[in-house]
Amino acid sequence: MSDPVIAARGLTKRYRNTVVVDGVNFDVGRGEIFGLLGPNGAGKTTTILMMLGLTEVSAGEVRVLGQDPVRSPLEVKRRVGYLPDSVGFYDQITAAENLAYTARLMGIAAGERKSRIMAALERVRLQEVADKRVATFSRGMRQRLGLAEILLKRAEIAILDEPTSGLDPQATHEFLEMIEGLKRESVTVLLSSHMLDQVQRVCDRVALFQGGRIVLLGKVPELAQQVLGGGYLVDLDVTTPSGVDLEAQLRTVPGVTAVSRFGQFRYRLSASRDVRSDAAAVAVSAGGALTHLAFEEASLDAIYTRYFQKQAAATGGTRDAA
Amino acid sequence: MRREGSAFQGLGTVVLKELSDHLTSMRIIVIELLIVLVAFASLYGATERLRDTTQEDPFLLLKLFTVDRAPLPSFIGILGFLIPIVAIGLGFDAINSEYNRRTMSRILAQPIYRDALLLGKFLAGLATLGVMLLCLWLIVIGYGLFALGVPPGTEEILRSLIFLGIALAYCGVWLALAIFLSIVFRSAATAALVALGVWLFFTLIWPMLAQFLAQLIAPPDLAYLLRGLPSPDTVEWQQILARFSPNQLFGECVLALLSPTTRSLGPIYVEQLQGAVMGAGLPLGQSLLIAWPQMVGLVAGSIVMFVASYIVFQRQEVRA
Repeated sequence: MSDPVIAARGLTKRYRNTVVVDGVNFDVGRGEIFGLLGPNGAGKTTTILMMLGLTEVSAGEVRVLGQDPVRSPLEVKRRVGYLPDSVGFYDQITAAENLAYTARLMGIAAGERKSRIMAALERVRLQEVADKRVATFSRGMRQRLGLAEILLKRAEIAILDEPTSGLDPQATHEFLEMIEGLKRESVTVLLSSHMLDQVQRVCDRVALFQGGRIVLLGKVPELAQQVLGGGYLVDLDVTTPSGVDLEAQLRTVPGVTAVSRFGQFRYRLSASRDVRSDAAAVAVSAGGALTHLAFEEASLDAIYTRYFQKQAAATGGTRDAA
Repeated sequence: MRREGSAFQGLGTVVLKELSDHLTSMRIIVIELLIVLVAFASLYGATERLRDTTQEDPFLLLKLFTVDRAPLPSFIGILGFLIPIVAIGLGFDAINSEYNRRTMSRILAQPIYRDALLLGKFLAGLATLGVMLLCLWLIVIGYGLFALGVPPGTEEILRSLIFLGIALAYCGVWLALAIFLSIVFRSAATAALVALGVWLFFTLIWPMLAQFLAQLIAPPDLAYLLRGLPSPDTVEWQQILARFSPNQLFGECVLALLSPTTRSLGPIYVEQLQGAVMGAGLPLGQSLLIAWPQMVGLVAGSIVMFVASYIVFQRQEVRA
């Protein structure tokens, strides 16, 4: 990567005897949307806090925009916007007043403040409730107000911690669109989440955290290749006459590496190439009625589940608590 | 390792925000109304008594602060009692409310240090209390002019202004304690209860305990006991112990400053009174000298409490 705006090398955080983040390495390039994935307690938030200089680094180092957040936190925090996990505001004052307070803390000149606040609120479609008290806001509106704060700051990096958790589908959709809007303005976005489908939708690259380590890192298709092996998944629903073992026949299709059957009709093929036409031909010639044929893209969900299954299998299922 | 930038960046912003929160919060308005009401009542009582005793007094105005008429306590009695309550009311949720509202990490992600947030909250609380005290002071002086018709002298004004400063230092001790507890306890209710517990301890229990402990440390001398007098050692110990309480320090300061005839804050021997003109007031400088250690004690107490909060807060994890 030519121009990493965030670079972590052996980043480690220990609390007394427990290691929360354990020697994490990653780079985030300018203008990228980078996803931090993993179960709760895997060390995502702690990693984020270290990047902002809000918690001390036990070992290793992290550079944000070329700065060390431990030594120059103000410089880093001036250029990086942070939306914490379930963000809060001062309920008794209005949305615009909340932003006015942080605008002053950011050191935005008095003359510019009002116009920048209104512009930020407009971007997140909250301009109509600018003078309403935040106490009346829904969760989705609060998250958007948090995003407005990042826009107000004109941050070069936006760090969003679980931005869509607890939002309804419509609000989630809108929020993800806004995140993509940030990317168009070449803002680097670091997104932590356990909502895999959403992450897959917007992220260029992802890092999968487990037990304080990054266990997988890369683009989603690359990870699919790595974890799922084949990379192609084909689902087909076939109603077969009794006595026909379609599963065995499908296995003979060249390129198919595995066949699994779900319920009565559904077969899932893992393959090293696109086997849709061949599989359909086999199903039809076996006398089955083909009702559904779909090419499933490798989903992050599948990667995630498969990865942890493999892990469990490799360690004899004893690491389920990890 | 040196940090980049000033620790005070954003301090002014935090102070103004907190100040506006305090001045508009229902909680503070109610407490202040209460204080003004009680203050008026005690002032009324004081003027009634001052009208009865028409003997010549060069410090008539100061008497408004100190004279009480049963069942109402004197004005300073009320202040000594209520200042801690107001200060605790301002400080008990200073830090933990930021965590509970989940605003802490968002605010600290702005380009400021934690120092500015903590100091800003302390200064804003102190400013609120300062405004309140100044108003009360003006009420007393104005009421004195109105009800007694005696113009205040320079020395009276000076003494009462210094008293204002001392009251502010006393506020500082309790405010810093309340903020400290708001950092230590995540629940605002716990912090408030513990703060009130400390206050109760120092107002009610500690004076008794000091007496008891003093008798343990220095048992009363039989020679004095037979004459029905307290033993000097016991009295001295009792005073030393009692002075650990900020209430005691405040009371002694106020006594020395607002009652100019006070010659000593400790036990005094008859020999020491030789040549003294009884009933004559001390000059301001001498009164200050008497109360100086107590004043320093109050200021030092608030600084120590603030430093303790600072240390705990700096080490605290941001995530709730």
